[in-house]
Amino acid sequence: MYTQSFNVPDTTEPTGAKAPLSLVGVVSPLSEQDAAAQTRFDTKLNADQKIEPQDWMPEAYRKTLVRQISQHAHSEIVGMLPEGNWISRAPSLKRKAILIAKVQDEGGHGLYLYSAAETLGTSRDQMLADLHSGKAKYSSIFNYPTLTWADVGVIGWLVDGAAIMNQIPLCRCSYGPYARAMIRVCKEESFHQRQGYESLLTLMRGTAEQQAMVQDAVNRWWWKCLAMFGPPDSDSPNSVQGMRWGIKRISNDDLRQKFVDATVPQAEVLGVRLPDPDLKWNEARQHYDFGAIDWDEFWATVNGNGPCNKERLATRVKAHQEGQWVREAALAYAHKQAQKNSLKQEAA
Amino acid sequence: MSQADPKATPPATPLKEWPLWEVFVRSKQGLEHKHCGSLHAADAGQALNMARDVYTRRQEGVSIWVVPSAAISASAPDEKGLFFEPAADKIYRHPTFYEIPDQVGHM
Repeated sequence: MYTQSFNVPDTTEPTGAKAPLSLVGVVSPLSEQDAAAQTRFDTKLNADQKIEPQDWMPEAYRKTLVRQISQHAHSEIVGMLPEGNWISRAPSLKRKAILIAKVQDEGGHGLYLYSAAETLGTSRDQMLADLHSGKAKYSSIFNYPTLTWADVGVIGWLVDGAAIMNQIPLCRCSYGPYARAMIRVCKEESFHQRQGYESLLTLMRGTAEQQAMVQDAVNRWWWKCLAMFGPPDSDSPNSVQGMRWGIKRISNDDLRQKFVDATVPQAEVLGVRLPDPDLKWNEARQHYDFGAIDWDEFWATVNGNGPCNKERLATRVKAHQEGQWVREAALAYAHKQAQKNSLKQEAA
Repeated sequence: MSQADPKATPPATPLKEWPLWEVFVRSKQGLEHKHCGSLHAADAGQALNMARDVYTRRQEGVSIWVVPSAAISASAPDEKGLFFEPAADKIYRHPTFYEIPDQVGHM
């Protein structure tokens, strides 16, 4: 559950949407050897071949991937929190089992992605340290609270729905380990969306109060889901380089449009209203038109001022610190066992 | 395969991390084990348990191997040509190199 477009500069990098492009512009001249490697790299990309961990790659490509994949991994892990909030209060044993399975999947997705990022030469500890210090970002969508049980359904339907839209093109990403991780993630993601939608269907067949609860959750999440696809194309200079490198395949605005077009009929079947007075079918474009997104709110949340930013990070740090003794004890046990075994072998 | 990059910068903190393991899963009886990813674990037993939880939550496997990543020797990407190209001009190793009259039928 997450979306690729959340590839924003981390805190210590130059802020402002235009900074990354200027960085691309000041690449120092390549040595002859590097120039040959660069040509081989470009040839591979042009032929739509994958780049693998041991292949030569430009430093900027490596850095972009480390940032994007680790942000993606962090998002999966932090994304466990808003839903985990409802495990103990799920309305039935069936819904509880489903929710536990889903949250466990998100943890798994985080692991696939951390592993993919590690192939680029960063370490798990380094990535976690960057998350915990607030240096590394994660998807803003998880900085909003899950106020009612209907939020869990809406997250599955809309947040995971938006994530699927984004992640399917990432399965064709030029970096092999990332593409392979995304294939695995996408296989599991469909369950997430369907369980959410089905849970909402159940509520919509219930009392007027339950129906109102679904509508309220949709009202609160709809615009945030549209913002998940990232800034408009006109304001995302990062995207151009991402496209050239084959990391990004479809632009933010195109993905957002695809999501809206796919979701409107689903909302009709469900019987909820999407909270946008400007939302209507455009016969000429053969797409739905929709209203303007509040980007100020999006950036405020990205920059740490969303309703749950502090709480989410504090929960992560606490969980990590409280697990410290377990990690140390497991290592100590492993060392002891290894020593015992080698002593046994010497004796034999 | 997740091979550590030899040129990578060392981690910021001294290695307190659990070592890295490569995971191979046999999807069903009669098929080979295939590499499917990697994970960190303190020892082999823990690596197996975690591999089960991470890679086979939906019955994707009937058997798992875990191997310390450090124990894997890989061919060098820089010597790819030297290493693999000698096979390129030995087309007589393929059955299609030989022309057999049609009346012989399938062979």
